[in-house]
Amino acid sequence: MKNVQKSKRANKSLPFFFKDEFKVSFVIIFISLILLLTTFTFDIVPPILNRGIQPATFPKALLILIIAMTLIVYYLATKNPWKIEKKLPRSFFLTLFSFILFVIVSKALDFFLAISALSIFVAYYWGEKRLFYLLLVGIIFPIIVFVFFETILGLRFPPGIITNIYYS
Amino acid sequence: MLAPLFSSKLLLILFFGTLFGLILGVLPGLGPTTGGALILPFTMTLDPLSAIVLLTSIYCAGTYGGAITAVLINTPGTPAAAATCLDGYPLAQKGEAGRALGMATVSSTVGGIFSVVILVFFAPILAQLAYEFGQPEYFALAIFGLTMLASIGEGSPIKNLIAGAFGILISTVGKDFMTSIDRFTFGINELTEGIGFIPVVVGLFAMSEMLTQSTLINQVFNRIALKAIKLPSKEDYKKTWKTILRSSGIGSFIGVLPAEGGTVASLIGYSEAKRFSKKPEEFGKGSIEGIAGAEAANNAATGGAMVPTLALGIPGSATTAVILTGLIIHGVRPGPDLFREQPDFLYGIFGAMLIANILFFIFGFFGAKIFARITLVPNKILWPMIFAVSVCGTYSLNQSIIDVWIMLFFGVLGFFMRRYGFSVVPVIIGLILGELVEGTLRQSLVIFDGNWLMFFTRPIALTFFILSLIALAFPLIRSRKLKKK
Repeated sequence: MKNVQKSKRANKSLPFFFKDEFKVSFVIIFISLILLLTTFTFDIVPPILNRGIQPATFPKALLILIIAMTLIVYYLATKNPWKIEKKLPRSFFLTLFSFILFVIVSKALDFFLAISALSIFVAYYWGEKRLFYLLLVGIIFPIIVFVFFETILGLRFPPGIITNIYYS
Repeated sequence: MLAPLFSSKLLLILFFGTLFGLILGVLPGLGPTTGGALILPFTMTLDPLSAIVLLTSIYCAGTYGGAITAVLINTPGTPAAAATCLDGYPLAQKGEAGRALGMATVSSTVGGIFSVVILVFFAPILAQLAYEFGQPEYFALAIFGLTMLASIGEGSPIKNLIAGAFGILISTVGKDFMTSIDRFTFGINELTEGIGFIPVVVGLFAMSEMLTQSTLINQVFNRIALKAIKLPSKEDYKKTWKTILRSSGIGSFIGVLPAEGGTVASLIGYSEAKRFSKKPEEFGKGSIEGIAGAEAANNAATGGAMVPTLALGIPGSATTAVILTGLIIHGVRPGPDLFREQPDFLYGIFGAMLIANILFFIFGFFGAKIFARITLVPNKILWPMIFAVSVCGTYSLNQSIIDVWIMLFFGVLGFFMRRYGFSVVPVIIGLILGELVEGTLRQSLVIFDGNWLMFFTRPIALTFFILSLIALAFPLIRSRKLKKK
């Protein structure tokens, strides 16, 4: 309860650029501006082929709307600051890291291996130390899922060191 | 209505769909939306009716399943069961878990069946009205659907609108459907076809939830023991029948509104139950009326949400957005023509929802104790398994590894969105409505020869625009009223 109250306390004491509301608004506006600039690189349709509006007009209008609404959110947050979020634990960053690991392994080595590695990694760091359960989530279950998708949906998984052995 | 379902295959699909929906509903963090998105690739092996029967039975049962977790471990299995925790858990703590779940089961079933009746009567009427709609009217309707997110959606209205606009923006990625010009593809070939619905849904719901669960690995749930579910007593029925009927009506109405769903319905159903109660002081301490009010409303929203989905092709909730995708994938275009050309298909869906409501009543009564045990599956085992299914499911639709990466990207994005108070549901609704909004706007402008003002000469479109303005003004009026109080 005490923690909840603490986390709900407004973050008035921090400088404005450290506050979540500033950081979040800044990121949204920054990305929106980049995308808005990108819309100027879209091809322009000659008037004779153009139906209604140019292809860039609609996304432009949306991005301007997003920027305007984000400014309103920030303005409202200056009057009523957001609650301070708890620091993210190590387990979150490890899970996030496992996502990155998955992308690298699936691209460089093997799709199945990537699923297997992530499953074992996550299960282990979330507290599962028993070998049988690690094998269950990391090998047995992915094999079942693979075979199921392959036979029922006729799916062909991307080539890789293990998948190639399976298909050969 | 039930005739199209009289085949052993469809009944079996209904049976397993309901069972699967219940399991999804019971597991915190999962639910009918995520479950529906995960099961969508499997439906490709089925005929359209079987696929939609499967998805709708998951929808109905999953919405109810959340109540079991809400009552026994004070954690809503689905967001729609959040209001059920308020009185369900305190009543269970008093040693009356069976009574609480009994009321949740009965009121969910009544709410669900009530909403199917609403669906059967109102969907064809709405579809008939939709014959009057042209492109400008559809544009105005889609705008109304999006502004409703601000009006009665959860959380900050402006944040919901930003999320909705972001969803529409995602729908613009890829080749422009009118001119074939690339937009936001950044030279990546795979993006020319646009960003698929499944990677976004699985990412925003399942993967972001996995990241959320990674922050809660030390959380311990105290599960209250359940002996057996009890049917409500005569006294309980006397106390709650008006609440159940009122909440069924509220839930169905909220469900019909575009882009809203069970979560909002249950909160309004609960607060109205409290307002009309003779003993409002009991709410929050284990009031049986509170459970009835919330559960009847969230299940009533299921049928209600199917009304705009089937009649107009505008999703009534996040889960119906998944069902809508299922319909489109199977080549079924929702809208008025569907009612004229494929009545058997529609009756099949109506019948499936009716039977699913009866089935989850039976499963709930006889199997709640077993379903409650599912909550004991540790997250450290469950989530890596869900990851494997999510990855293969996302990959399977286009056999594209890029889709899997997009899913992971949206998982991370969804986590931070939720952390900073942006609901992910508007993104889904925006993505689904995006093409409709842009397409109808551009086609309308062609019809109007580029004159925007012509929108206001169309009575139906004008009505929707006025309703949109009211929807946008509503949060302001509400907050001013609250301040005055």
